[in-house]
Amino acid sequence: MLAKRIIACLDVDHGRVVKGQKFKNIVDVEDPVKLARRYTNEGIDELVFYDITASYEDRGIFLDIVEDVAEAIRIPFTIGGGVSSVEDFRAVLNRGADKVSVNSAAVKRPELIREASERFGNQCVVLSIDAKRNGDHWDVYIKGGRENTGLDVIEWAKKGEALGAGEICINSIDTDGVKNGFDLELNKRLAEELTIPVIASGGAGKPEHFRDVLKVGADAALAASVFHYDTIKVKDLKKELKEAGIEVRL
Amino acid sequence: MKAAIIDYGAGNLKNVKTALEELGIECVITDKKEDLETADLMVLPGVGAFGQAMQNLKKTGLIGPIRENLKNKPLLGICLGMQMLFDKSYELGETEGLGLIPGEVVPFIKEELREGSKIPHMGWNQMHINKDHPIIKDLNDGDYVYFVHSYYARPKDFDDVVTWADYTKKVPAIVAKGNVIGCQFHPEKSAQVGRKILENLKEML
Repeated sequence: MLAKRIIACLDVDHGRVVKGQKFKNIVDVEDPVKLARRYTNEGIDELVFYDITASYEDRGIFLDIVEDVAEAIRIPFTIGGGVSSVEDFRAVLNRGADKVSVNSAAVKRPELIREASERFGNQCVVLSIDAKRNGDHWDVYIKGGRENTGLDVIEWAKKGEALGAGEICINSIDTDGVKNGFDLELNKRLAEELTIPVIASGGAGKPEHFRDVLKVGADAALAASVFHYDTIKVKDLKKELKEAGIEVRL
Repeated sequence: MKAAIIDYGAGNLKNVKTALEELGIECVITDKKEDLETADLMVLPGVGAFGQAMQNLKKTGLIGPIRENLKNKPLLGICLGMQMLFDKSYELGETEGLGLIPGEVVPFIKEELREGSKIPHMGWNQMHINKDHPIIKDLNDGDYVYFVHSYYARPKDFDDVVTWADYTKKVPAIVAKGNVIGCQFHPEKSAQVGRKILENLKEML
């Protein structure tokens, strides 16, 4: 059986892994390569590196880190943050990244998804969406959660799939950093509406949060601080999930 | 010991190279037939679409030399490179493959898969053993490897399948016929299990 995936996200700022709460109160944590090695040894299924400075401060992509990570680990990893062209895709893929995540740039120019998937295959195009609930629906936000685009999250995700995205990563702004659980309703809706895999992100605080979101249909669950600060150990989490009847790689 | 990683514009070859070098195998990324001749192992990587990949491979003029060198050394096809070992694929029209293993490559169709299954088949799935082979020495039925693909091989003779994964369909994971070996998953991205498979391959050289 295909296993549900547990993904650790590493927000990288000037070459260091950091974790913010609701995109604020950023604190320094650790060296990305060191953390990547640690997580791999603990049994994480995938890693994501977001260059959190790139999208609004134009700091470019941390190519050196991509290369170092590719040398260090033998599991798939995704690069995101500040990717805005097919050239950006090529640069990180050539340095060993398996997937590239696009967010704001795809909102501004959806054709980027098509161009990248035609060029490199849809398996490496992850459409990352910052979602916030407004009343009875969810809106797509950009610029680190500061700007509402007015796009409907479900519609945008479906459009992304049609354009060639191979995966959707849904980051719920409402739950991010609060540790009260993932947005189950949104992830359930997306899993039902899409053919491609859905990665749930934002809100992980306890093992049961992972269990709940994977049970409603998410294919993978992503978290950062609970892993960085050792609140949850990847190995223990996977054992608990297995006991709860969820297929995981042990 | 040397591996020739065949470069036909298939994109990222770095990870395969790193994984092989880690095992002490010298790697050359090449589109020259001389490098195939001096190598102990040929590797055919691949991402992207079948038709374009076959067209690009043809342009290198290496198809003949690959066949020639198969007489005395193995060829490892990875992911799309594995699919290219078959007779033909139906990805974006019908395209002829290398014809080294009889069979064809067909798409996953959502309606034919268990409820909730996604396309691409992406992530860690378990391998089940169909037949014994040196490439899976010391591996266990149920070991996880990393897949990412939307098309899968349907061999004419299931006996060419060493291991398969359950994705409603019996998806060939490792295929082998003589010196031709194919991995639908990415051994270079499959943690310790992937490493073991490459080690086994090294021992076979």
